Amino acid sequence: MLNDWLYVGIFALVSMFLPAAAISIAALLSPKKPNSVKNATYECGMETVGPAWAQMKVQYYVFALIFLVFDVEAVLLFPWAVAYNQLPLYAVIEAVLFILILLGGLLYAWRKGALEWL
Amino acid sequence: MSGLQVVFLIVAIVTLFSGLMVVASRKMMHSALWLILSLLGVAILFGTLQAGFFAIVQILVYIGAISILIIFTLMLTRRVMDDDHPGVIKGWWLPALMAVILFGLLAGFMATWDNFQAMLNELPANPENLAGFGAALVDPAGYVIPFEVASVLLLAALVGAIYIAAERKEKAG
Amino acid sequence: MSFWRDPIVFLINWAKGLLDGIGWGPGWATTVGFVIGAFVLAAGAMFFVVFLIWYERKLIGRFQDRFGPNRLGPFGLFQPLADMLKIFTKELITPVGVDWVAYNLAPVLSVSAVLMMWAVTPFSKTFFGVNISVGILFLIAIGGLGELGILLAGWGSNNKYALVGALRAIAQLISYEVPFVLSALVPVMLSGSMSLVDIVEAQQPWYIVVAPAAAFIFFIASVAETGRAPFDLAEAESEIVAGYNVEYSGLKFGMFFVGEFLHAFTASFIFVTVFLGGWRGPFADEIPVLGLAYFFIKTFIVYFALILFRGTNPRFRIDQMMDLNWKVLTPLALVVIMAVALVNSLFASSADWLRISALLAVNLVIVFAAERLVRRGVKTTRPEVGSRQRPVASPDNVFIQPGSGVKG
Repeated sequence: MLNDWLYVGIFALVSMFLPAAAISIAALLSPKKPNSVKNATYECGMETVGPAWAQMKVQYYVFALIFLVFDVEAVLLFPWAVAYNQLPLYAVIEAVLFILILLGGLLYAWRKGALEWL
Repeated sequence: MSGLQVVFLIVAIVTLFSGLMVVASRKMMHSALWLILSLLGVAILFGTLQAGFFAIVQILVYIGAISILIIFTLMLTRRVMDDDHPGVIKGWWLPALMAVILFGLLAGFMATWDNFQAMLNELPANPENLAGFGAALVDPAGYVIPFEVASVLLLAALVGAIYIAAERKEKAG
Repeated sequence: MSFWRDPIVFLINWAKGLLDGIGWGPGWATTVGFVIGAFVLAAGAMFFVVFLIWYERKLIGRFQDRFGPNRLGPFGLFQPLADMLKIFTKELITPVGVDWVAYNLAPVLSVSAVLMMWAVTPFSKTFFGVNISVGILFLIAIGGLGELGILLAGWGSNNKYALVGALRAIAQLISYEVPFVLSALVPVMLSGSMSLVDIVEAQQPWYIVVAPAAAFIFFIASVAETGRAPFDLAEAESEIVAGYNVEYSGLKFGMFFVGEFLHAFTASFIFVTVFLGGWRGPFADEIPVLGLAYFFIKTFIVYFALILFRGTNPRFRIDQMMDLNWKVLTPLALVVIMAVALVNSLFASSADWLRISALLAVNLVIVFAAERLVRRGVKTTRPEVGSRQRPVASPDNVFIQPGSGVKG
């Protein structure tokens, strides 16, 4: 079984090496003529004003947080799903209870307006 | 020195170095990226212990969700693009010395334990039993109470975060 | 005869025999074998993208009532090759102030995240990279690494538009990961294993017949995860100045698009593996190369459907996308999991056809009920043309300069 993970690791390294090699070949083949106008940051054709920062909305953070909660919930449900075929009915009811509690959380978020994009 | 030990050494050194760079980086965004590298190192270590499920969960939850949350938090609270201050404080040698002494004391105490020099145990042939793990999670004689309490904990986290973020939205807009 | 039944595995075994014959020792032989195998599979995937780009451009052209590329080579087959040659020789302009590691790692990470998905899918009964025990969760985790590539691109470009574009792209991708993960629970429940090889082996009727609601949610979520139309707000040329890849040029820009085309094909074959039975078909068990053929036929049909979506639908706005995800797909996915779990458990001891028909019936009921609810919740009334009172300028309400002498 360790061989499987070794293959995955080797595949990850190979799959990072191939695009990097392609980009290096392109870097060798391409002309290099930098000048200050070409290298300036793109701002729809105008000169940049002020440092490059962006106003970040709280809404992104709320979405990331709701995603985190549901991600952890799904991860807790995966082992149950693997064992599902051998489980009696009360075990299924327990998992349904788990899901219902989190469905309640989603409905709370909906009513509180946390799911609006603004 | 088997291949597994070589892999372990390399991954352990990379993880520890990334952990050090999290606190010693100049820019906050670099700290977040070093954190992602050290979490990846921990996931690979789980893989060498043949706990495949936990390695994947580490990548999925820690790198895929928590790191993104940390980066969003960084961007929310600082002007992250022009953030450039020295990474170390003035008297950094004193805490470093104390950390090294503490590590030496701990290592010395643990060396008096019998099995400190024991060789690597061979793991059983098929250590991963996901079906058994899943059955134990919902078994009344197993871990069903922590399973349900975990969902209530997640609900509490969700409600608390939405409440705080809603206040912030009212203050902002 | 054994070569014709399964040519690929025959060649693999022959190569392994060669490696063992060199006599290095088992550890080294396996490792070198793995490196060569990984190289062949990854390089094969990247060369296959050339064909995929041609296929998509021809099809999009036909949907838009024009020929696609048809100048270079028969039916324009050499067009993507010419494009590749051109893009290799474009200058790689690096703007000032970029973070070198993040800027250069981003395209590599985007492509490698998609390539890694090819390592765990079973292309036929005997031809797959590895059979890890957590196959389907691996696919989802690797998708998360791809999102990290987008974040690095947006932040490393030292450009505020790129950063905002990257943040919106990530908000879209992480939102659609929730119904993706939740609907992937249904095949795991029905087959009892997370490994993709086991999921394909267990699909006696295909899972799209057993759980069509879960297939529907999974398909929409995976189209949104690949960032293709109609969900391509984050990177379309007319939106937010092309988004997170605005500061990239040359092959680095090309790599993002290679990654996107490959991701579309990969999403198709993941859907085929998990819901459409993978390589299963008549006689695929005895003759593995037939399994490979069925796999590719099914994948191309689903890929055709994806391109059809791109050619027909207008783009979603970002708030419409988020509403669709959090208010429709996520509750629906949770309800489908609960319903499938309960119904399957109640009918576990009865005959197979009874259990499958019950599951199919429950799924169809859920889909119709959801459609009714969504229809009620959507505002479809509009004001009639000409019904609004528009203000008309008249001398009474036009502003007159004081002291100009004009009387109102």
